Amino acid sequence: MNSPTASVTEAAAANPPAPEASASTADAIRLEGVSKAFRLPNGKTFDAVKNVSLAVPQGDIFGLIGTSGAGKSTLLRLINRLEHPDSGRVFVGAREITALGKRELRVARQSMGMIFQQFNLLQNATVFDNVAFPLRIHSKTCSGDVFRRVRECLDLVGLLDKIDSHPAQLSGGQKQRVAIARALAPRPDVLLCDEPTSALDSETTRSVLDTLRDVNRRLGVTVLIVTHELAVVRALCRTVAVMEGGEVAEQFAVDETGPNRERRVTALGRELARMAVYADVQNDLERLEAALA
Amino acid sequence: MSPNIIAILPELWTAIGQTLLMLGIGLAAAVLLGGPLGVLLFLLGPGQSLERPALFGVINWLVNTVRSFPFIILLVALVPFTRLIAGTSIGPVAAAVPLSLAAIPYFARLVEQTLRDVPRGVIEAAHAMGASEWQIVRRVLLVEARSGLVLGLTVLSISFLSYSAVAGVVGGGGIGDLAIRYGYYRFQTDVMVLTVAILIVLVQLIQFTGNGIARRLDKR
Repeated sequence: MNSPTASVTEAAAANPPAPEASASTADAIRLEGVSKAFRLPNGKTFDAVKNVSLAVPQGDIFGLIGTSGAGKSTLLRLINRLEHPDSGRVFVGAREITALGKRELRVARQSMGMIFQQFNLLQNATVFDNVAFPLRIHSKTCSGDVFRRVRECLDLVGLLDKIDSHPAQLSGGQKQRVAIARALAPRPDVLLCDEPTSALDSETTRSVLDTLRDVNRRLGVTVLIVTHELAVVRALCRTVAVMEGGEVAEQFAVDETGPNRERRVTALGRELARMAVYADVQNDLERLEAALA
Repeated sequence: MSPNIIAILPELWTAIGQTLLMLGIGLAAAVLLGGPLGVLLFLLGPGQSLERPALFGVINWLVNTVRSFPFIILLVALVPFTRLIAGTSIGPVAAAVPLSLAAIPYFARLVEQTLRDVPRGVIEAAHAMGASEWQIVRRVLLVEARSGLVLGLTVLSISFLSYSAVAGVVGGGGIGDLAIRYGYYRFQTDVMVLTVAILIVLVQLIQFTGNGIARRLDKR
């Protein structure tokens, strides 16, 4: 696992790396005192997100975990304003998302890719048309550029041979990788992932996680992933925040060692610590066995 | 061929032409005006992206009201309006006016219901990519619902084929008019059987074509 503080370049696939990006230590996503409440059918209000402040460093793979109803999905959706926060401010890069007008928001959303648990592909469109969708709606690009970019993105997720298929002909893992290609097509700075592997079996989950890791490493895209699967966090994330009752209860590096690991306050945090200890022991055992053999 | 049928043959061709003309005008009005109205009804509805309860309520009420008229009453009640639009209240073009007016809310409702079957997540994904409402209509809703919309249009065509027969009552002409004037008033059973047979063939043809197109458009 990489060190959480590694500064990752922000190079997009076909572009040469931007000179200022390599030295950048700015946050890719920053939330300042963000709250969101929902009105329930019975007239009461439910505070889904309570005064959360959070910073996701550039180039990180950041996990957001919590039990269902903890507010993690809502928090994710506040970032690209699929839900509008009641109060607080959201920044993506240098841009204050919460201050944008409707049209500016639509433009800003190009730099925030999003993938979903249910993939949400157009069923009646080919894989090509699905990946081309975000390019065509902001159509400053000519059709030749669209064609090249779609091929690039499908190549990146390893599905170039499915370019003319329809989603119904693909497996769950392949659909999610098409969705990743679609999210990457407009060269986003951040990738928001809402339970991306929760509808997949363990085999296809691995292929999707490999793709996400690859995307992060090769393109420097910051990945924020909401999940309830601790295995996903262990396999993919560098930093993780645990949400409880609409608040961020704690935040730590996934490969954290030493006394801090023993002082986790949340059940999920302790569970992750246990898994880390178990993996350490396993490693030691394997090394011992190898030495003895 | 019986003498009755031979006698009406020239009129039969005119009648088929009139029926197709009424149907064509009615369906065109339904698609061009009812279609957008249905999309609007969907977008303004509860939980949708342009949610406006008051406006939705008004359009919803209007659609229901027009649809609650028995067609023959609408036909008669609209005579002054028909004169204004078509210049006359007799003939297939005049009959197409009330036919269109009935078809518009009918199709609007069918469109609204079909669009509700488009998964919310797909619409949301388009929003997340920065699509405008118009782009969502054109590139998401109409694409994902297209086979359902074709089936809706098929249902509409068949309903309005029989509505156009009612239009014969006010001098609209058409196959239904022929059936009533010769088959019913003059007791020419063979003419009645022939006209019904023609309608049966038309309905089967419309349904067969609609199903075929819908199946071909559906990649889900």
